Amino acid sequence: MTALKKFFAGGTPWIWINAGAVAISIIMTVGLLLLLAYNGLGHFWPKDLMLAQYSQPVESGEPLVREIIGERVGNEKVTAERIISSGIPVTGDRLMYERELVKIGNRDLNGSDFTWLLTDYLDNIRFPENLTAFERWEWGNFYGYVREVREVGATVAVSDPANSADTAAWDALTERVARAVAIHDEIAELEKGAIGEVNYALERLRLRQRGLELRDADTPEALVAIESERVEWDSRYAVLQEQLQELYEQIERDTVVMSSMNGQETEIEVSEIVRAYQPNGMHVGSKLIVYAQKLWEFLSDDPREANTEGGIFPAIFGTVIMVLLMSVLVTPFGVIAAVYLREYARQGVITRIIRIAVNNLAGVPSIVYGVFGLGFFIYFIGAEVDQAFYAEALPAPTFGTPGMLWAALTLALLTVPVVIVSTEEGLSRIPRSLREGSLALGATKFETIWRVVLPMASPAIMTGMILAVARAAGEVAPLMLVGVVKLAPALPLDGNYPYFHLDQKFMHLGFHIYDVGFQSPNVEAARPLVFATALLLVMITAVLNQVAVSIRNRLREKYKSLDM
Amino acid sequence: MTESNTEYAPANRSKFKKIDMSKVGGSDHGQSAEDLPSCLQVSNLNLYYGAAHSLTDVNLSIPSQRVTAFIGPSGCGKSSLLRCFNRMNDLVENCSIKGSITLDGEDIYHRSVDVADLRRRVGMVFQKPNPFPKSIYENVAYGLRIQGVNKKRVLDESVEKSLKAAALWEEVKDRLHESALGLSGGQQQRLVIARTVAVEPEVLLLDEPASALDPISTLKIEELINELKDRYTIIIVTHNMQQAARVSDFTAFMYMGKLIEFDTADNIFTNPAQKQTEDYITGRYG
Repeated sequence: MTALKKFFAGGTPWIWINAGAVAISIIMTVGLLLLLAYNGLGHFWPKDLMLAQYSQPVESGEPLVREIIGERVGNEKVTAERIISSGIPVTGDRLMYERELVKIGNRDLNGSDFTWLLTDYLDNIRFPENLTAFERWEWGNFYGYVREVREVGATVAVSDPANSADTAAWDALTERVARAVAIHDEIAELEKGAIGEVNYALERLRLRQRGLELRDADTPEALVAIESERVEWDSRYAVLQEQLQELYEQIERDTVVMSSMNGQETEIEVSEIVRAYQPNGMHVGSKLIVYAQKLWEFLSDDPREANTEGGIFPAIFGTVIMVLLMSVLVTPFGVIAAVYLREYARQGVITRIIRIAVNNLAGVPSIVYGVFGLGFFIYFIGAEVDQAFYAEALPAPTFGTPGMLWAALTLALLTVPVVIVSTEEGLSRIPRSLREGSLALGATKFETIWRVVLPMASPAIMTGMILAVARAAGEVAPLMLVGVVKLAPALPLDGNYPYFHLDQKFMHLGFHIYDVGFQSPNVEAARPLVFATALLLVMITAVLNQVAVSIRNRLREKYKSLDM
Repeated sequence: MTESNTEYAPANRSKFKKIDMSKVGGSDHGQSAEDLPSCLQVSNLNLYYGAAHSLTDVNLSIPSQRVTAFIGPSGCGKSSLLRCFNRMNDLVENCSIKGSITLDGEDIYHRSVDVADLRRRVGMVFQKPNPFPKSIYENVAYGLRIQGVNKKRVLDESVEKSLKAAALWEEVKDRLHESALGLSGGQQQRLVIARTVAVEPEVLLLDEPASALDPISTLKIEELINELKDRYTIIIVTHNMQQAARVSDFTAFMYMGKLIEFDTADNIFTNPAQKQTEDYITGRYG
């Protein structure tokens, strides 16, 4: 009895509870990250291509034997009942069957990229070295054997699919793919860069003309000036168009004939191919290279195929820029409010009520902020701004529509309570003696706050900013109303005046996760990307936080006062 | 400026021995404060913190270019009085003042007085060293920067001059741009003095400047006070009677919010007019 009492009084159970809570938090966090990393990062590894025979039982007669080429993605156990109900007459003596998800690609031929196969009926599994995988700009992956490479319709190289040592066609293909990709990049650059600039300039000319018309200033001379500029841009456009045409002709030079499942033959234009590889014959080293390329593509490229392929760079960029803009907006606002509340306002009932109200604002559901942002910022302020400054573009709205600025402002509003609360906390901790020291030197209250108090409170301000960033980076719901869209490959920062387009809609990682995971037409293809995107979002939030934390720690070191 | 009083008891003389009279500062032996030009003039000063009556009818004339010490037990109001001279009490809520204080003939509590300007003329050093968390250089330059001085040459000169005046230059001249928080307590207090001297005030208020310091640092601060008194009117609040005896020319004894006696340090410590003063300096209470 006394021993038990001693045990409890000694605090041992308490320590165990503490340690347990910490351990559970760590295990859950690390577990989540590992889950995301395993499922997300594994996706980019070039998996071996399987060639197999599949003969699924049918209602009556002999089962049809099919040839299957594809990547084995995963497997699961399902009940016999479910398999029977899906129309496959398996014998009912086993309770569970194993089935396998195989990515067979070739969506243009098969209608879908993925198929479920019962493992029991897979037979004769091989991994021929000359099985080839294409990643294409459209229609997803293609799997098959390279049979023939053609240049302007004429055969250049032929290989026998049955003979894996015959690499003539593959060798001819690889260099042509590299050439096509280079031309593709050139076209993209031309379209996005020079032609984009021309289009932008023409649009601005149109707006200028419309603006003159609205102000009744469309004198013949002005119109002539605009017309002459337009002619100049048009002629530039014609030149670029010609270059583009030439590039398109070049890129369409080569084709490749592929033989895929069940000996089907398809002719594919080399210009459609993003990347070609033969995974079964590759060493770990060359697989690693392909892996790195694919990972880099994921980080640096625009999305393709309804966001289920390609990269997510616009989403990364949009998220980071939006969060930075939000920090730039929220910090001064919150700090100024906190300084007034703590330093100038007479402490009493009213300040107490304001404080309670500010704290409660932090608990308002974020979608409410989204609705407010849409109603107030976009429909009210944005519409007024359009009337006043962008009248020539109407009825197409400029700021009267969701965009980067409004999203950042809405999130700033959402996070301002956090900044106010932590700044106030920081201000209240500055020792009185330092304020008096400054005042005694003839500084006014403002000078004291500006030169001594605020610098010393800067770590606390940074803490507020860290919390604000953490909250803003993960927020999705309000953004859906005020600026985030499914696809916006044009970045809000580019080479066209005024360079930073605050009115543009943008992509966001959080929304991307929702969109790819739940709104995608191709769920199986999208799933690994959801994991990878989630991992990336967590990492970006962590990086942004870490930057802020290290700045704060440096400030803390700098302003470490003796009695703190 | 209590008139000499006959109530004093010579029987207690023997207890003065702990004060070495050869070290009693002051060049004004025998000369009373009234004979000297006055810098700060306090008349009928009453100070209230809310309902608490902290200073009662204080009348005092602080001579310029001399060291005046305020002594008295804790809570007697000596710090409150000191903080009236640069209106530091304005920062305390519910604090109200009746009576007047004049600096060179001007009422410092007049509505037209710019408090920041007043505090530039009446500098203050606090009990605990309170350097700003900036570099040594920026601490000293702070007051000038506030006044809008940004020329590097002017600032450099002033920083050097002030640090020399505070007897700190030799110790810190090689690390002016390091944080002031790396200095020892005594150095920090001298830095605060340098910072105050840099704005060239007329009066220096020292609120127990050595009470948080070790004996050697205390000695340095006292030497410094002796050097500074040629240029500034210095008012020092201290708990330490030996210190008051060592550094001050004039000494005021306060008790329970009242000024009991004000006279030359010589007289206060060797020949106090009031019984209360004598009881205090002989250690009978306080």
